[in-house]
Amino acid sequence: MYSDNFYFSTSTFLAEAEVGKHFYWNIAGFLVHGQVLMVLWFVFAVLLAFAFLGSRNIEQIPRGWQNFMESVVEFVTDIARDQLGESFYREWVPFIGTLFLFIFGCNWAGAIIPWKLIVLPEGELAAPTNDINTTVALALLTSLAYFYAGLSKKGLGYFKRYIQPIPLLLPINILEDFTKPLSLSFRLFGNVLADELTITVLTALVPLIIPLPIMFLGIFAGSVQALIFSTLAAAYIAEALE
Amino acid sequence: MDPIIAAASVIAAGLSIGLSAIGPGIGQGNAAGQAVEGIARQPEAENKIRGTLLLSLAFMEALTIYGLVVALALLFANPFNV
Repeated sequence: MYSDNFYFSTSTFLAEAEVGKHFYWNIAGFLVHGQVLMVLWFVFAVLLAFAFLGSRNIEQIPRGWQNFMESVVEFVTDIARDQLGESFYREWVPFIGTLFLFIFGCNWAGAIIPWKLIVLPEGELAAPTNDINTTVALALLTSLAYFYAGLSKKGLGYFKRYIQPIPLLLPINILEDFTKPLSLSFRLFGNVLADELTITVLTALVPLIIPLPIMFLGIFAGSVQALIFSTLAAAYIAEALE
Repeated sequence: MDPIIAAASVIAAGLSIGLSAIGPGIGQGNAAGQAVEGIARQPEAENKIRGTLLLSLAFMEALTIYGLVVALALLFANPFNV
């Protein structure tokens, strides 16, 4: 490996980014990235709290939290409906909605909350999506989901689509099953990591004011990436269903 | 680590992100220009155009991000150092 000072590691009071350093936990023989899990559980807790507050006492005329959560549900339903169409979207709303809310929560948790104030022995708290393992897991889930969708609708006839236009395209069609999760995971991972690195480099150069617009860009990009991931997942599922 | 490999990796990282920014730059410029034209011609469709534009911009951005991932892999997880 590189010598230690080769790692990208700038540290000022405000910003610190360490790529490739992790706070390892040893759970039942598996090394896991503890800093990712901690923020992950935080995001779970926030999402659960929102859901609980929204559905605590449901009224005919929504007010407050319930109103807000209903608009959120409508938004994720629209994402699924736009891609999957009226006849299939209902059973995929939970999956698409969970993907959207989870990625959105992760990106915003990393962008908004000043995690750098909490110092870990090694590594640092940040958005869980800036770890490639998280995004690959999400992308593989999406792959499983569209295989399940296709197989459950068409049975083994699903595999006919590999030779669909002409059998000559078989290798390309098979390759597509690998490029889909690859591009999904790299897109999300790269975007989130790029935002954090940009902010870190700018903060190391000019600590005040200047990084603010980039931070707003990071918040914006986080929501757009969540939208894109869920839209693409829905589009892939729709492709398998049609 | 071999200094030649280190130097080559750093140069390659710079080139990969720089080159991968060219194509999406042109593409995003085209898309944004066409979107502005569309809004100027039909201001009532602004919301729809904005949504589609943002989505397609993010797709083009992804290409640069692939270059960035390659650059990061070269810098922090270099497969060629022994």
